[in-house]
Amino acid sequence: MPQKILVIGNGMVGHHFVEQMRGSDQHAQITVLCGEANLAYDRVYLSSVFNGKTAADLALTTHENYQKLNITVHTSQWVEHIDATQKQLTTANGTIYDYDKLVLATGSYPFVPPIKGNDQSHCLVYRTLEDLEQIKKCANDSKVGVVIGGGLLGLEAANALKQLGLNTHVVEFAPQLMAVQLDQQGGKLLRNKIENLGVSVHTGKATSEIVAGEQCRYRLNFADGSHLETDLVLFSAGIRPYDTLGNKAGLTLGERGGIVINNACQTSNKDIFAIGECALWDKKLFGLVAPGYNMARVAASQLSGGDLQFNGADMSTKLKLLGVEVGSIGDAHGATANAKELIYQDPIRDCYKKIVLNESGDKLLGAVLVGDTSDYDTLLQYMLNDMALPEHPECLILPDSAGGAPTLSSSALPDTATICSCHNVCKSDIISAIDNGANELGAVKTCTKASTGCGGCTALLKSVVDAELAERGVEVNNHLCEHFAYSRQELLHLVKVEKIKTFAELLKSHGEGHGCEICKPAVGSILASTWNDYILSEQHVSLQDTNDNYLANMQKDGSYSVVPRIAGGEVTAEKLIVLGEVAKEFNLYCKVTGGQRIDLFGARLEQLPVIWQKLIAAGFETGHAYGKSLRTVKSCVGSTWCRYGVQDSVGQAIAIEDRYKGLRSPHKIKMAVSGCTRECAEAQSKDIGIIATESGWNLYVCGNGGMRPRHADLFATDLDTTTLITYIDRILMFYVNTADKLQRTSVWLENLEGGLEYLRQVVIDDSLGICAELEQQMAHITNTYACEWLRTIEDPNAVKRFRQFVNSPDTDENIVFVQERNQIRPATEAEKSALKYAQQRPIAVTEITQEQEDVLV
Amino acid sequence: MSWYKIGTLNDLVLNSGICAQVKNQQVAVFYVPNDKQSVFAISNFDPIGKANVLARGIVGSLQAQLVVASPLYKQHFCLKTGQCLEAETIRVPVYKAKVEHDQVFISSQPVLAASSVS
Ligand code: SRM
Ligand SMILES: Cc1cc2nc3c(=O)[nH]c(=O)nc-3n(C[C@H](O)[C@H](O)[C@H](O)COP(=O)(O)OP(=O)(O)OC[C@H]3O[C@@H](n4cnc5c(N)ncnc54)[C@H](O)[C@@H]3O)c2cc1C
Ligand code: SF4
Ligand code: FES
Repeated sequence: MPQKILVIGNGMVGHHFVEQMRGSDQHAQITVLCGEANLAYDRVYLSSVFNGKTAADLALTTHENYQKLNITVHTSQWVEHIDATQKQLTTANGTIYDYDKLVLATGSYPFVPPIKGNDQSHCLVYRTLEDLEQIKKCANDSKVGVVIGGGLLGLEAANALKQLGLNTHVVEFAPQLMAVQLDQQGGKLLRNKIENLGVSVHTGKATSEIVAGEQCRYRLNFADGSHLETDLVLFSAGIRPYDTLGNKAGLTLGERGGIVINNACQTSNKDIFAIGECALWDKKLFGLVAPGYNMARVAASQLSGGDLQFNGADMSTKLKLLGVEVGSIGDAHGATANAKELIYQDPIRDCYKKIVLNESGDKLLGAVLVGDTSDYDTLLQYMLNDMALPEHPECLILPDSAGGAPTLSSSALPDTATICSCHNVCKSDIISAIDNGANELGAVKTCTKASTGCGGCTALLKSVVDAELAERGVEVNNHLCEHFAYSRQELLHLVKVEKIKTFAELLKSHGEGHGCEICKPAVGSILASTWNDYILSEQHVSLQDTNDNYLANMQKDGSYSVVPRIAGGEVTAEKLIVLGEVAKEFNLYCKVTGGQRIDLFGARLEQLPVIWQKLIAAGFETGHAYGKSLRTVKSCVGSTWCRYGVQDSVGQAIAIEDRYKGLRSPHKIKMAVSGCTRECAEAQSKDIGIIATESGWNLYVCGNGGMRPRHADLFATDLDTTTLITYIDRILMFYVNTADKLQRTSVWLENLEGGLEYLRQVVIDDSLGICAELEQQMAHITNTYACEWLRTIEDPNAVKRFRQFVNSPDTDENIVFVQERNQIRPATEAEKSALKYAQQRPIAVTEITQEQEDVLV
Repeated sequence: MSWYKIGTLNDLVLNSGICAQVKNQQVAVFYVPNDKQSVFAISNFDPIGKANVLARGIVGSLQAQLVVASPLYKQHFCLKTGQCLEAETIRVPVYKAKVEHDQVFISSQPVLAASSVS
């Protein structure tokens, strides 16, 4: 008989157990009783739902997946009682289940302090997807929100309220924030930073009651006589283990709760195991996912004849709260006897770092990092592996410019070093994955699962993988293509340094063969970003990709679309009429684009110059919808009209679009400007996003819609317009100079070593001393801007290329349109052959007219 | 085989293509002068994208073979044989081309007929 294993709770740990268990025992009969309506999801990333993630994005598994693994699971099944002698349990709806072995993975629940009035409609907690729905709902009719509790989860909750648009406060009983993880100084800096982001912090406040408010729904009265008005209260005052079931089953509990377990994760009853946040080991509860995963592995091993043991866990954490980086390692408070502390405080870059050393100063016991956690990985490795510190341990936290230590090289780490604590992957696991054929980061991730949990180990994993690959002589080849043994960045340097002006010169001196559709457009783009020559001139025309080649976007049937620039989306009635007239004359399909402008489709190659001649005469210019260059700067209506707007977002969008139009870049660039935090222009999904504040502009960078959406990062706040433009100039040119071919800013930033912080150093602090050059480069581009379509219609030689045939005025008979919803659309293959069969001529779209001839001569 | 005059070298674009009408057929003519032969002609019809666009593709070389990449979906077609490098069964018609006293001539019939599975 296969053993009957019953699991209570399908949280992160319960789910991990089920997977591990199935992995080591194909036959066990596994049944899961899940109290929530959803199967296991990633609670750690719960807050990302406020950034647009859905429940499905967070899901760790699906019903189909459990079915495939032959695991029975019942959702919304709350277990009420356990009878340990009968080995039976009963659920809230009266169903009875038998077990041979029982696993409790019931986790914990948020603690709500016994304050009078804590049970009203807008008093909430934050732990589950359902809580989150409730919070969203209550936030809808609220303006002010208070989080009670200034610990790690409390600050996350505050972030959520802020994102929901509430005026947010944090109330903490202790004299500082995150008292468990941070020391006093660190707590103070964190507080300053959070207050700068517009969240009010009240420490040393004990809430005594929640009563009806005067301006808001509620009023919190504090023990010291002060009070605070709010519409919504979110409790985040700690968690308590769900241990009542253990109590009912007669299991030993800890004095302050938690189900006591031994090193095998076994409770006081040998057939009952407890794992995750409900379990108490060595008088300790573990409120993090990595130790819970570890327990899950131990329990699965024990239940399948193995002998894995749980030996405690490291509680170090690194996170980003409201955009502020915070790290806490080991003995953060220096509680060990005779511990020594080294502190680095930087009031300019606004960061605080402390390391705690043992008495002899050669081992690391703990650390606190606020404002900059770039040293976290290295410090953690020193502590976890008990490694001897360098002679001057202060170099571990000093900035690079002060002669700081290089990051810990992979080779210095012992093979047993844990790289990913979520999935318990150590360096030797990574080495064996590589030896077994995983030859790049993605493959290593897939087969070891490293870096697929909390994500905290991403940078370290990459450096280990890179170092190991390099050691094996695997060259990470970034050559452009078979014709150039250089990266895009290297070619750009060659072009600049050797003042190369054409593809032919570059190919002759640094390449081979004839080039191809990869290197030609890439070099074309480099030449354009550097010299800004007319792209259809004789020496450049053959480099241009499909759309650039005819300054229009090619459609599936070989016809083209026409997109004039409508900067900021602002357009006059006269211009709209012109667009309508041109569309009517040439029978073009009209559509409003996602970029706030108008696209006219169905133009034949030979019609493009005439169409553009008319548009230019009416004051339009090219919209570069075809170029790897600035596309649109979307705007919202802003303070001019909108009752919420705080700055003129339309004016700013137009100014910016005019400044950067025509800038060729490794990939297209999109921007947007919103007039207030409501963000109607969706700036946070753009390469460059700008959001107005009361006192200036917040600058967001490297967002992306498209196939792999990425929210933009907040780069700098409250900038005046001059500084804003200076920063954008520098960021864009730095991107143009260093990105790979066809790399959007989002991917570029993710691959930029040092990430956002490094970009800030380069752009704001001029750490590389290149800002003047970047600005000069941008000035060259803005000073030499010329509308490509104007150039084209004025140049008979260029217009000559816009003919279907060099030797005949005929048109392409294969371009056939039919009518749909009162406009044209390309005929399908079936429709085309039907038309041909009926011996009909294709629907005549304007033939080349006298005007076309005029342009041609 | 008869020749058909489509124009002069001046009508061609260096290292790129143009399209000529040869007896109701659309022919893509490429001018790549640094080779023994400097003018190449294949059908303008892209059998994969099903549109007359090959003349508008980027010309280049892959492993020493002269090719044009379709502007629609970027499959490569050999300028000398018409063979599609990504699909063994697809080959577009190839025409003979020659230049005499700056005049460009194309054979009025393809010399290699297209082949494709269907
Ligand atoms: C016309 C338009 C759709 C529409 O009818 O609304 C459009 C149409 C095309 N998009 Fe787009 N995109 C349009 C807005 C967008 C947006 C929304 C936006 O800009 O706010 C996005 C997502 C935002 C983003 O880019 O981050 C978008 C993401 C893409 C992508 C994926 C990019 C990515 O990073 O994943 C491509 C493919 C590419 O560029 O490689 C693409 C490529 C294309 C091309 C150019 C494909 C091509 O080469 O033929 C389409 C032809 C345009 C034409 O014929 O005129 N389009 N495209 C929109 C033109 C806006 C404009 O006024 O210029
Ligand atoms: C907002 C937030 C952010 C966090 N961030 C981090 C982080 O950055 N890093 C980190 O390491 N950890 C973080 N955590 C903590 C982490 O989520 C938990 O440590 C982890 O989820 C614990 O897993 P678990 O399975 O033990 O408990 P849970 O995930 O709580 O799962 C227990 C499940 O058991 C169910 N259950 C309980 N009793 C019963 C019953 N009687 N019958 C049936 N079902 C029952 C519950 O409904 C629940 O679904 C965060 C938590 C939150 C809420
Ligand atoms: S973002 Fe602000 S200013 Fe702009 S339209 Fe929306 S609410 Fe109005
Ligand atoms: S440490 Fe959490 S994913 Fe690796």
